[in-house]
Amino acid sequence: MSDEVVDSPAPAEQLYGCVVTYSRGEKVIHASRGNYIATLKKAIDDSFTMCTDLTAVDFLTYALTNRQLPSDISGERFEIVLNLISLERRERLRLRVQIAESEATIPTAFDLFPGTEAMEREVFDMFGIEFEGHPDPSRILMPEDWEGHPLRKDFSVGRIPVQFKGAPS
Amino acid sequence: MTSDLIAGTPAATGEGPQEMRSRSELTAKEVLREVGSVLRMSEKAASELTSSPVENDEEQTMIINMGPQHPSTHGVLRLMLELQGEKVLRCKPIIGYLHTGMEKQAEELTFMQGGTNVTRMDYVSPLNNELVFSLAVEKLLGIDGDIPERATWMRMLLSELNRMSSHLLFMATNGMDMGAVSMMIYGWREREEVLRFFQKVTGLRMNHNFIRPGGLAADLPAGWRDDVLTILEGLPSRLAEYDILMTNQPIWRERLQGVGVITAEEAVALGASGPILRSTGVAWDLRRDLPYLKYKEVEFDVIVGSYGDSFDRYAIRLNEIRESMKIVYQVLDKMPSGDYRIQDKKVTPPPRARIDESMEALIHHFKIFTEGFKVPEGEVYVGIESPRGEIGCYIVSDGSPKPYRLHMRAPSFVNIQALPHMMRDGLIADAVAVISSIDPVLGEVDR
Repeated sequence: MSDEVVDSPAPAEQLYGCVVTYSRGEKVIHASRGNYIATLKKAIDDSFTMCTDLTAVDFLTYALTNRQLPSDISGERFEIVLNLISLERRERLRLRVQIAESEATIPTAFDLFPGTEAMEREVFDMFGIEFEGHPDPSRILMPEDWEGHPLRKDFSVGRIPVQFKGAPS
Repeated sequence: MTSDLIAGTPAATGEGPQEMRSRSELTAKEVLREVGSVLRMSEKAASELTSSPVENDEEQTMIINMGPQHPSTHGVLRLMLELQGEKVLRCKPIIGYLHTGMEKQAEELTFMQGGTNVTRMDYVSPLNNELVFSLAVEKLLGIDGDIPERATWMRMLLSELNRMSSHLLFMATNGMDMGAVSMMIYGWREREEVLRFFQKVTGLRMNHNFIRPGGLAADLPAGWRDDVLTILEGLPSRLAEYDILMTNQPIWRERLQGVGVITAEEAVALGASGPILRSTGVAWDLRRDLPYLKYKEVEFDVIVGSYGDSFDRYAIRLNEIRESMKIVYQVLDKMPSGDYRIQDKKVTPPPRARIDESMEALIHHFKIFTEGFKVPEGEVYVGIESPRGEIGCYIVSDGSPKPYRLHMRAPSFVNIQALPHMMRDGLIADAVAVISSIDPVLGEVDR
């Protein structure tokens, strides 16, 4: 069991103008909403041509002090997480972007990685984060008339009503 | 019939904006964007569209629904197709009919229970789902270097056998979709032999929850080696039969060659992985390129195609069965003796016999099964090669026994985006061939 939850901060390391951290040996860069697209462009030029995954995390109930973010990044409620792959160098790179609850939007990565289209729709569906310029901003998994965004932490799990047990209706 | 009648007015079952809109509701620019977006072409390719469907008269086209209950859609995949005669102009997959909120549910289950949840996502290759989940949890725990050798090799054995059973199922369904009904029976028959072995090892044919954080649930049963050898020795002649029945058969080739073509650039841009990416000639296999478990120590070939069509994807899967057999033979040779799971009291339950004699063991047993084990804070992404492509598991832990967030990167979910692209300008009769060649499992598409 290792206790090195936070790998050494290494404040000097930067990549594409973003701070680099390591999480369990995996390389993570922290972009801001402003330089998100520019960072992705630099990553593509650096052979990270494939975006395998785009998802989000809602940190509503997560203690801010435990967030393990670099000192100059302030933790917000939402976080977009992209996983890029360089086929040439056989490397993975993760990109995390903080998104405030008050302004839950981010430019779409569709123009750079067309494969993020469905993933961004899923994030919109599940978290309510809007992607500016997305060609098809509709729900993807939930029914169109669904209220709320299920993977938000303030969305209750709900329960199945049980007959004869005095269960809440 | 007007297109409205066929597409169905937005009735109770309508999905509103998720559905494909008719041309009359779209401006020319929107259609072009849809061609570029919903059909997922690069902007450059979209601007080069000279025979733009915009020019087609709406009177000559119609929108039809295929699915969600069409048998060849492998579950509840629904496609809306805009047709001109028999030609597919636009296509949009509509998914979510099998969505059961498994990622939300994962936040309510402990790491101990999580395996039962993730194994039901891609129900055709459940052991690979469990494997990626276990690898991610182990990485968070920091015990990924301490897993016993035997456990690692057992995981490889099961993972490869699962790849074989999954591809055999593909052979069956692909054959059925193409009208080779006898192939369906053969594919199921061979798969059943592998599943029978799984049942002997794990107790279940599917949804095993056998690979768990820390190792496996149990050791291999007595006589397992003979069972595996029986499977391996029986298969080559059956695969040779497949070659006679399908690969070398002109009707089969005519039906698949040149159908559903995708280029390497498109596949990479779309994030497609697995046999779809490899069919375009990109030799990308996580087992070789970003090795996990002990794949560095076994020899196998990465099968690639050259045309990116349905036939290549069929041939790749057929030959991957042979490669997996090669790996399984090597695993049989190299299987070490030892423990099948890590004996870390905080992660795996104590052996049953210990509970009778040790209070400590009883406490650990009780704690693990009621509260679960705590996982240090952090976030981790692990991706492995499932039969359908890269399956990834992203976990954020807040130090409690339950994942704060668990996300599965499902290969089918991403691969299905390639469908509209492969279908464009194809024939409606080929649609079934193209869907089949993607080999989607809707359980993991919708999760």
